[in-house]
Amino acid sequence: MSAPIVPTSAGHEALPSIPIDLWVNTFLFGILPYIALAVMVVGSIIRYDREPYTWRTGSSQLLRRRQLMWGSVLFHVGILFLFMGHFVGLLTPHSVYQHFISAEAKQMVAIVAGSIAGLICFVGLVLLMHRRFFDARIRQTSTFSDNAILIILFVQLLLGLLTVPFSLAHSDAEVMLRLSAWAQGIFTFKPGIANYVAGLDWPYQAHLVMGMLIFLLFPFTRLVHMLSAPIRYVWRPGYQVVRSRKLGAQNG
Amino acid sequence: MKVRAQIGKVLNLDKCIGCHTCSVTCKNVWTSREGMEYAWFNNVETKPGIGYPKDWENQKRWNGGWDVKGGRLKPRMGGKWRLLSKIFANPDLPEIDDYYEPFTFDYAHLQQSKEAQSFPTARPRSLITGQRMEKINWGPNWEEILGGEFSKRSEDYNFGGVQKEIYGQFENTFMMYLPRLCEHCLNPTCVAACPSGSIYKREEDGIVLIDQDKCRGWRMCVSGCPYKKIYYNWKTGKSEKCIFCYPRIEAGQPTVCSETCVGRIRYLGVMLYDADRIEEAASAENFEDLYQAQLDIFLDPNDPAVIAQARKDGVPEAWLEAARHSPVWKMAMEWKVAFPLHPEYRTLPMVWYVPPLSPISAAANSGQISVNNNMPDIRSLRIPLKYLANLLTAGDEEPVALCLERMLAMRGYMRSKTVEGVVDEGIARAVGLTGAQIEDMYHVMAIANYEDRFVIPTGHREDAEDMYDERGSCGFSFGNGCSGGETKTNLFGAPPRKKLQTPTEVF
Repeated sequence: MSAPIVPTSAGHEALPSIPIDLWVNTFLFGILPYIALAVMVVGSIIRYDREPYTWRTGSSQLLRRRQLMWGSVLFHVGILFLFMGHFVGLLTPHSVYQHFISAEAKQMVAIVAGSIAGLICFVGLVLLMHRRFFDARIRQTSTFSDNAILIILFVQLLLGLLTVPFSLAHSDAEVMLRLSAWAQGIFTFKPGIANYVAGLDWPYQAHLVMGMLIFLLFPFTRLVHMLSAPIRYVWRPGYQVVRSRKLGAQNG
Repeated sequence: MKVRAQIGKVLNLDKCIGCHTCSVTCKNVWTSREGMEYAWFNNVETKPGIGYPKDWENQKRWNGGWDVKGGRLKPRMGGKWRLLSKIFANPDLPEIDDYYEPFTFDYAHLQQSKEAQSFPTARPRSLITGQRMEKINWGPNWEEILGGEFSKRSEDYNFGGVQKEIYGQFENTFMMYLPRLCEHCLNPTCVAACPSGSIYKREEDGIVLIDQDKCRGWRMCVSGCPYKKIYYNWKTGKSEKCIFCYPRIEAGQPTVCSETCVGRIRYLGVMLYDADRIEEAASAENFEDLYQAQLDIFLDPNDPAVIAQARKDGVPEAWLEAARHSPVWKMAMEWKVAFPLHPEYRTLPMVWYVPPLSPISAAANSGQISVNNNMPDIRSLRIPLKYLANLLTAGDEEPVALCLERMLAMRGYMRSKTVEGVVDEGIARAVGLTGAQIEDMYHVMAIANYEDRFVIPTGHREDAEDMYDERGSCGFSFGNGCSGGETKTNLFGAPPRKKLQTPTEVF
């Protein structure tokens, strides 16, 4: 902790100068999370409301089946597992899971399961990227954001996998606890959360920043399709859908 | 009983000349857009042939339509969980090459080429990649008038149970046209397979539509539809289908394909059906029973009980009146000359077909033609009865045979009446009709006046919408209401509009 940044009565000459690394750290891990989440939530709502016609998966299977069958399945299975792992792993408070599993054991589970899912996702992403950049049909019909998000996800996956050896190096789970305290702190509006992740090895920090970048870009890319995951379909009554104009009018 | 009305359709294949006017007018109106070049809401196939997309009738390959297992109706693609498991990559989805890679030609080269020894040619160019295509090897109508080798065309699914080898010989060959569009089924699999619930059937007129704002492009409908009449727009990432020209239908006008049909083969009319018995009809045990099962849920528009229930269920009076004059009812129910296309898919399709007559086959000609009642035996016609039955009644030959006999009887009766001046009731009676019915048939099917072909009541939008609110609204658009998202910088990745991607622009 450094000196509190409060103007003193002695005037601005007395303002303590803020070290640039503290400023960067606070911005990236204390402020950026809120910018990213706000843009994601508000942006998604605006897009859903204003541009429903653009809200889609953007599948290119029709144009080229080859490589998509394996690529898409491996990528999606891998990334869904990773997503769930991060979600549960980061946001479950230590006080809840400590009754079932020690922090050290939890870290080992995270490392092993995460690596396996990461490798599955890696194979899928490589297939999808090769297809997108080297298949003439797919390359020609891709938008800038299709290409960009694929590369961003790939970099993010590599950064995530790169943290594995660092985590293995310190098996006391301290880093994991700091990361989850940071993530939980975001949602509980805890002051000074940036300090939790200050001074962590660079792959962790880069992985966090890249993750927030993905949240930030979320509403502007095809990623929005994950919000439309058709879970409702499973318990939609029956198979058929009939719409009645008259009933619609009567019900307002 | 729950009475619902639907605008049904009949195509009289006996009069189809395969001119493709329906396909072209439909294309010009609805699918002349980037992403939909390959899609034909209406196309005309030459049969026998594997069709468009390739082999579409083979549900072992595409898994379209429904299955009945243990009396329960389930999409062939699988139940809901099984279907969702295919969401990342759908093994039942055709690739664009199964339709064809859309192309144009370098027309500008014809005007702009420099003086040369050889004559300039317009070479093909892909509309997807913009690159030159060395050779076009498939198109929307590749088998036109029996194009291609018989060995390939005879992969046609409808040859099941037919000794097809002899039809490869020149003397025995046969052909017919099959115009196809969305069937606007009573039990559509596309609707059932849509995970987003964006496809729906309209209660008031039975038209099946895709809500473009709700479609997420999971592309299950493409596989679910056994007729392959849902097309994935590769540009917008949404599926599109024949909309039965609903803006025209609502105004009491026929669809574009029907309006422009030069052979006057298309009929539009109201059919009343019992919505409570759809599932029961679609679950009929044997494939051969499905045609009759569908007939059984159609309701007689002259039956007072039906009329009373229809009024209770909110069917407008004009629709009941139209149902009593429906040409579809006459052909499907009264004369039994129209049949559903592939009832074995269990979707209860609502675009029906009158099978074509064909010349007496050479084999019968060289020997003696078997003649019944002054009429040639329909089994000596060139198109094998079994083939038509496979197409229209899941293989049951009897209904198709009766239909062809009735159409021959109509010709015999009218020839006798107009050429010889003799009204021969016997001809009518032999096929289970009366002379008056035959004359009615002749009037509707042969003369086919506009007002007899199209009996379409207008939609009742006043029931559903306050038209006052719609003043100055922009109607149909591809975007967010009137704005259409046409700014050059679109944050949300809407496809850029008004951008020509023709070869002339590339070079």
